Amino acid sequence: MFSERDFEHYLAKKYMRTEIMPHAFCPGCGLGIIERMILMAFEELGEEEWKRTAFVSGIGCSGWVPLYFRRDAAHTLHGRALAFATALKLSKPDLNVIVVMGDGDSMGIGGNHLIHAARRNVDLTAIIATNMLYSLTGGQMSPTTPQGARTNTTPYGNIEPNFDLMKLLEAAGATYLARWTTYHFVQAKNSIKKAIKHKGFAAIEIVFQCPTYAGRYILGKPDPRDMMDWFKEVSVPLGKAKTMSPEELQGKIVVGEFLHRTDRPEYTEQVYKIIEKAQKKGGR
Amino acid sequence: MSLEPGVHLMQGDEAVVEGAIIAGCRFFAGYPITPATEIAERMSYRLPQVGGIFIQMEDELGSILAVIGASWGGRKSMTATSGPGFSLMQEGLGYAIITETPLVLVNVQRGGPSTGLVTLPSQGDVMQARWGSHGDYASIVLAPSSVQEVFDLTIKAFNLSETYRNPVIILADEVIAHVREPVKVPPLEEIEVVERKKPDVPPEQYIPYLPKKPGEWVTPMPAFGDGYNVLVESVMHDEFGHRIGTDHAAANRTIRRLWYKIEKNVDKISMYEEYMLDDAEVAVISYGSSARTSLRAVREARKLGIKAGMLKLITLWPFYDKKVQEVASQVKAIVVPEMNMGKMVREVERASKGMAEVMSLTKVGGLLHHPDEVLAAIKRVAR
Repeated sequence: MFSERDFEHYLAKKYMRTEIMPHAFCPGCGLGIIERMILMAFEELGEEEWKRTAFVSGIGCSGWVPLYFRRDAAHTLHGRALAFATALKLSKPDLNVIVVMGDGDSMGIGGNHLIHAARRNVDLTAIIATNMLYSLTGGQMSPTTPQGARTNTTPYGNIEPNFDLMKLLEAAGATYLARWTTYHFVQAKNSIKKAIKHKGFAAIEIVFQCPTYAGRYILGKPDPRDMMDWFKEVSVPLGKAKTMSPEELQGKIVVGEFLHRTDRPEYTEQVYKIIEKAQKKGGR
Repeated sequence: MSLEPGVHLMQGDEAVVEGAIIAGCRFFAGYPITPATEIAERMSYRLPQVGGIFIQMEDELGSILAVIGASWGGRKSMTATSGPGFSLMQEGLGYAIITETPLVLVNVQRGGPSTGLVTLPSQGDVMQARWGSHGDYASIVLAPSSVQEVFDLTIKAFNLSETYRNPVIILADEVIAHVREPVKVPPLEEIEVVERKKPDVPPEQYIPYLPKKPGEWVTPMPAFGDGYNVLVESVMHDEFGHRIGTDHAAANRTIRRLWYKIEKNVDKISMYEEYMLDDAEVAVISYGSSARTSLRAVREARKLGIKAGMLKLITLWPFYDKKVQEVASQVKAIVVPEMNMGKMVREVERASKGMAEVMSLTKVGGLLHHPDEVLAAIKRVAR
């Protein structure tokens, strides 16, 4: 099915562990696009940035994204990627630590770690891949499943409201926030670049197509191209969304750069200041 | 700076911190929980003084993952907890085991189940410390019975975790954590400290989980940023660290290697102390705080002319069958006092293979055994 030539793409040869490819994603899955966004961001940031980058991920389809990159990477536990990443950043402050999580991984089982990493404003780049349900386990309701949607655990329709990740993380204390879909390749890639350069907790939510489960069960669009078209239709730029009523925003995906602030101190720097202080004074 | 050589009056919880700093610990993540809180408190004060990092995490699930992250960041790392916190950490403990991450976990046992007896001692977690995380794996668990031992064993725990690339659990209890006793700190040059073995081959020749020779089980461990493109994989993986799906043979190799690296080294890992066992007819096998009252009872029994002795287990896991068998073959009866409903006694029974009568002396509710209780048991089996 696959030949050596499929892995001769210049990005694959330059950045990826081609020895463990082809990767495990379903045909038409949007996670490959997210991988490409990350790699294109590094094409533009340059080799130096790439060389000092490490990846951490959780469990779920999204957890596999960075494992194909030829960099130090940790495939941690479901929900716990940010706890590992926080300590890694503290231990090796010169590393760019990029954390890839899914919606259930970050906002469901890992919700506590997510809000506290944002509150601390640790210098991490969180890429949160949202596909609106749990896919690795076969299509169950997640914290971003649309209300009314039928999944394998909401056979009578989902009664639970969604998390709005941007609002959640702004309130928690994150300092860079953006949301895009896989349809918005260039914008998302640019936000990833900005987030990597940003000092503080940065999160980019990328809504991506899961044709296998979200496409078939939630949207009735098993063809990934139809899902991409749907992303285009329902996306509303942040500026325009501000002029729209809550009713008009029902079922829309608001995209754009939501927050970029530099007034909150970054956690790692403060930890090292405490070490300096303790060593100078030999105590309190 | 680490503690000056000499004698210091310390709590068990404080001795953990000072031992850890001497062992080279430079990262602590934890969450406040009685009776282990003093460890986090003192760490928050002491670690920055030696260039170390302290972080109070949002819960114990995060604490142990942070310790694993810091360990892959190249730092000797630890956490401390109790009761419900230890239950939460079982998840991360499994991750440390499959990724072969050195770390030290202090569990200051309190009475359970659940929130339980918050401020009172127990030895109820001895089996959880061995088997608490899911799946097949081997554990190293040490049980101190004095503040001096807390200090010494904390250093040993770091050395063992670096040697075997496995988490090491120190199973203390509320009594040992809070009692104050003199601790003798030897000159630093007399203390053995094991440093992490890093790969001595260039990255392109590095195979993360393939030991160099048959009979070797542990491989060197690079840190993030060292240039080895490590994969810290929680999914079952092969010698290259690549996840293996349903490759039964590769999974079999990995699981057995994780088991053998501990169980085949039981002679090197096991620590114990013997008291008056040479001519003993009755042996008390004890560990942790229980060993303190047991020893008193054994001495009282000797005064009464009963030939009693004691085997104190310092390493609880891997269980040292050989030593217990040796004792069982020599005495007619064994008493096992424990602050639980009788847990390690099952191991003693299994290992002694019917060679001696084994009596369980249980104690729950948050009290140590009174020496008279142990003495009465000795008298009963000595008849």
